Amino acid sequence: MNCRAILRLALLIGLVVLFLAPYAYMLGFSVKPASEIFGGSLSPLPTSFAGFANYVGVIQRRPLLLHLANGAVVCAGILFFQLLFALPCAYALAKLRFAGREAVFGLVLFGLLIPIQVTALPIYAGFAGLRLLDTYGALIVPFVSSAFAVFLFRQFFRSIPDEMIDAARLDGLGEISILVRVVLPLTLPAATAFGIFSVVSHWNDLFWPLIVVRSPELNTPPLGLLAFRSAEAGDRYGELMAATVLVTAPLILVFLVAQRRFVEGISLGALKG
Amino acid sequence: MRGRRARERRKAWLLVAPLSIGLVLFLVLPCLGVVAMAFSDWHLGQENIGFAGLDNFSELANDAVFRRSALNTIIYALSVTPLSVLLGLMLALLIESSTLGRAFFRSAFFLPVISTTVAMAIVWEFLLHPSLGPVNALIAALGLPRQGFLNDAALVLPTLAGIGIWENTGYNMVLVMAGLKAIPQDLYDAAAVDGAHRPWERFWTVTLPLLGPTLVFVVVISFLRSFRVFETVAAITQGGPRRASEVILFTIYQEGFVFFRIGYASALTVAFVVVLFALTLVKFRFLDRRVHYG
Repeated sequence: MNCRAILRLALLIGLVVLFLAPYAYMLGFSVKPASEIFGGSLSPLPTSFAGFANYVGVIQRRPLLLHLANGAVVCAGILFFQLLFALPCAYALAKLRFAGREAVFGLVLFGLLIPIQVTALPIYAGFAGLRLLDTYGALIVPFVSSAFAVFLFRQFFRSIPDEMIDAARLDGLGEISILVRVVLPLTLPAATAFGIFSVVSHWNDLFWPLIVVRSPELNTPPLGLLAFRSAEAGDRYGELMAATVLVTAPLILVFLVAQRRFVEGISLGALKG
Repeated sequence: MRGRRARERRKAWLLVAPLSIGLVLFLVLPCLGVVAMAFSDWHLGQENIGFAGLDNFSELANDAVFRRSALNTIIYALSVTPLSVLLGLMLALLIESSTLGRAFFRSAFFLPVISTTVAMAIVWEFLLHPSLGPVNALIAALGLPRQGFLNDAALVLPTLAGIGIWENTGYNMVLVMAGLKAIPQDLYDAAAVDGAHRPWERFWTVTLPLLGPTLVFVVVISFLRSFRVFETVAAITQGGPRRASEVILFTIYQEGFVFFRIGYASALTVAFVVVLFALTLVKFRFLDRRVHYG
């Protein structure tokens, strides 16, 4: 190894230690007993192991598993309807000619520019008027018509040759069976990338759930963490760290299995406003 | 043939209808609504809504909290953007310069991007705790005075910016990596023929000029992302102490959803959107250019 390679490794390893330190402490303190935490130690490693007490404690005393399940339901609901609405729309925009196509596409481009924080007030007021606040629906519905999904899938469908679709038409397939049987199987990589983007954004989102959720049973994982933290007011750090581990672990584990797809999916978000 | 065309048209409308209706309900109407509400004096729970003209906007112009909040947001974004882009660029170049450990390093620096911000904010709050946190334990071990990173009005914004840099660097890194891949190898070969052998020479003559549009794109994205800072503030500081970490989205959240001053919060939102739009236009100009290079 030459000098330059050693320098590269030294720099990168130094920075990695710095970047990953919060994870080391999160994991380490999640298995430390309270006595050790209140000693104010510098090392993330526990001298005596209280992991069992912390993890079981947090699961027994707080509805954390319910919050994780809420997060899964909300993310799955959002993604399912996003795909259900966006795929057909994107196919029509990419492959069919009809009056109003430009208008719909214009709407989609406009949608790319507008984050939820802009539309939140009127949607909130509308839901309040219809008494829909504090429901799973309120957490899911505002996100199901995703302009971003349409934009991505339209881009992708345009790369599928028209000849392939014409051949299917000659074979007597209707537009909907063409979409389901010919186009969708090709879409899997693009749909996976979008799915990762969508699930990561909504699992981690705080803004919208903070606004619409009132009952603790509906808390999403970030809301559950905040509720836990303010309820215990700094008495049970070990359990609090265990809770943060449980909330971040699902995405991190999937990320470690499918790193490339994750990077692809998340960096797609750069196209969005 | 005309029958087939008409059928195709009907089917197309059927395919685009659900999404279009959704966009009208949850995008177009709310956007019109927020503009209309910005000219009203609506408080949620109040029966009659009156026309307030430009009152909300003149209040906004004279509101010390809004001014503080706008200034904090700009300071935050102007600290996070350059540092996280430079660090991201440096990491991308370092990591891509050899295959040794490439996948590991890329994933390690990307980890904060996908980690739940609220969870990591709670971890950071603990790490920086004045008496229990390891950061202060280290500071004390060096014989220096402990710092209340998140309770001290002078330190809170730089501390949050530090967390923001930690969170955003990996994102900028992968965007830069994508830009690096688009640079054709021939150009490096040509530069070598012309006598650019050292890494620095290659960087200045080939990498940087060709990466230029990508970098501008990354800067704008990064600014847009950090301009929308909310989670760390809502989770840790609630805008405090003494509004030292009050940022735009948190102000909108409080005015609209805690104090229910819908009219005023709408005016704040309109001001926020104007900035977002201006930046997004810049972004798409550079996105187009980047595509041409690619």
